[in-house]
Amino acid sequence: MRKKALDSVYELAKVDDRVIFLGSDLGPDVLINMKKEMPDRFFMEGVSEQHIIGMAAGLAMEGFIPYVNTIATFITRRGYEQVALDLCLQDLPVRLIANGGGVVYAPLGPTHLAVEDIAIMRALPNMSVVAPCDADEMIRFMLSTLNWQHPIYIRLAKGGDKVVSEEKYGFEMGKAILMREPGEGLIISTGVMTQLAIKAAEKLSEEGITCGVLHVHTIKPLDEIQLSKLLPNVRAVVTVEEHTRIGGLGSAVLEFTNDNMPEQSSKITRIGIPDQFAKQYGSQESLLNHWGITAENLINSIKNKLNL
Amino acid sequence: MDQRSKHLRRLIVEGLDGGGRGHLGSSMSLVEILRTLYDSFLNFKSDNSNWENRDRLILSKGHGCLALYAILADKGFIKREELKTFCKATARIGGHPERGKIPGVEASTGALGHGLPMGVGMAIAAKLRKQEHRVVVICGDGEINEGSVWEAAMSASKHKLSNLIVFIDYNKLQSYGLTKEVLDLEPLADKWKSFGFEVVEVDGHDVIALEDVLKKLAINKEKPTTIICHTIKSKGFPFAEGRAEWHHKSNMKPEEIAQMYKCLE
Repeated sequence: MRKKALDSVYELAKVDDRVIFLGSDLGPDVLINMKKEMPDRFFMEGVSEQHIIGMAAGLAMEGFIPYVNTIATFITRRGYEQVALDLCLQDLPVRLIANGGGVVYAPLGPTHLAVEDIAIMRALPNMSVVAPCDADEMIRFMLSTLNWQHPIYIRLAKGGDKVVSEEKYGFEMGKAILMREPGEGLIISTGVMTQLAIKAAEKLSEEGITCGVLHVHTIKPLDEIQLSKLLPNVRAVVTVEEHTRIGGLGSAVLEFTNDNMPEQSSKITRIGIPDQFAKQYGSQESLLNHWGITAENLINSIKNKLNL
Repeated sequence: MDQRSKHLRRLIVEGLDGGGRGHLGSSMSLVEILRTLYDSFLNFKSDNSNWENRDRLILSKGHGCLALYAILADKGFIKREELKTFCKATARIGGHPERGKIPGVEASTGALGHGLPMGVGMAIAAKLRKQEHRVVVICGDGEINEGSVWEAAMSASKHKLSNLIVFIDYNKLQSYGLTKEVLDLEPLADKWKSFGFEVVEVDGHDVIALEDVLKKLAINKEKPTTIICHTIKSKGFPFAEGRAEWHHKSNMKPEEIAQMYKCLE
């Protein structure tokens, strides 16, 4: 997914001379072709994330479209004030491509786990938050980013993730994709958790329980129209995210229902990371299993809500 | 102090009077720096603040904004009467300057250490487009405690941004007290030199000396320049000069305002 995202920056740069790539201290193989063919629009600025975000703001003020790339935690934690004031307050079209959203860097420990990034990015006015589910969707999304006039936070997964999206879904900012029609249940997912959602829905179907999957690639702006349409027609809803249960997708959905259709809120169960720093290393999968962010738990949660 | 410097300070006092508050000390040390820049150096069109070829000026020490508003009013970007609206609920001019609200304000600043990174981005943009305009960033001395300033300095040097000029308003006082006691900046000129800048030191209240420095820019076509301006906090107001408590004042009394006007007679 990361490679596709960066390859897309190169493709965009070829057709639009406003596109600039701005990295921190990434691997030596990053965007070799862009560096070779467009050296004046390729920047590798070192371990200076606060500066990089400000520099991107300065470039955007002058009409460029900077695509900034580094590890998610370094953008969201280290550079938060720069993201808030330089990008969001001034509402500039800078794209933040965040490597290792969620617990991709499980072996590296809590310093590298971006588990509250959605919450803190979502809290900023003018910011959009996008978490594609696979590399194919990432390409469709990235190619649509040129003319979005505001900042975007782009959450990347590990890479090599199973492709679950289809060409026909297309990509439109803020428009969730209904990957499976809902029945009694509905799983609302974002990022690569959509894989789990589909797996769980398929298993439920085998047991005779119909369950839909709504893939919310854009957590902000939230697709309130689809939620309004779908929620009243199902009996059980589970949200799932590779993110703390505080402030992410589940919170966004609950905020929406609380404000607009409060009778729907009680249908919703949230699955996500508990309010704690990771106490284990291992792998992304082992950490998710440890916290119960599994297809099995999704299935059980739907069944519980349906009193089955 | 000549009449023009007094006039600009009176405009600042009009803002302080209107808002009943403000960063007096931090604004008054900036007056001659801004005056010289706008009178003798910067290219701008006050009736077309987005003119493409304008020089860009970022007041990175955003809390000194009353001095910026004063010169913007003096040059016709905003009306003089607007200064009295300082910090009012519906005013455009608040306690820190905001881009998009006030003509002539290039960047929203206030949180410190943001202006130089943005200025580096702007200066790179100008080089990429082969544009001739310059980018001026004015930092406070306390401000350059921030690490982001030095991240940006390394980058400016790396990219040989000869179109970037950094002013340091070195009034030696930050909010708590003397810079040398809070977090000593010395050897300041050597620091900037070691980061790859041409460095000039000047009396920041001496307009002729400032003009002379600006005439020599860019000193080096391969390097950005830092101009360390030795200034006096609250310059022009003997009761407040060099006193940390005048960094920012709120609930200003009419007699204090009257005293300020008296100093400018």
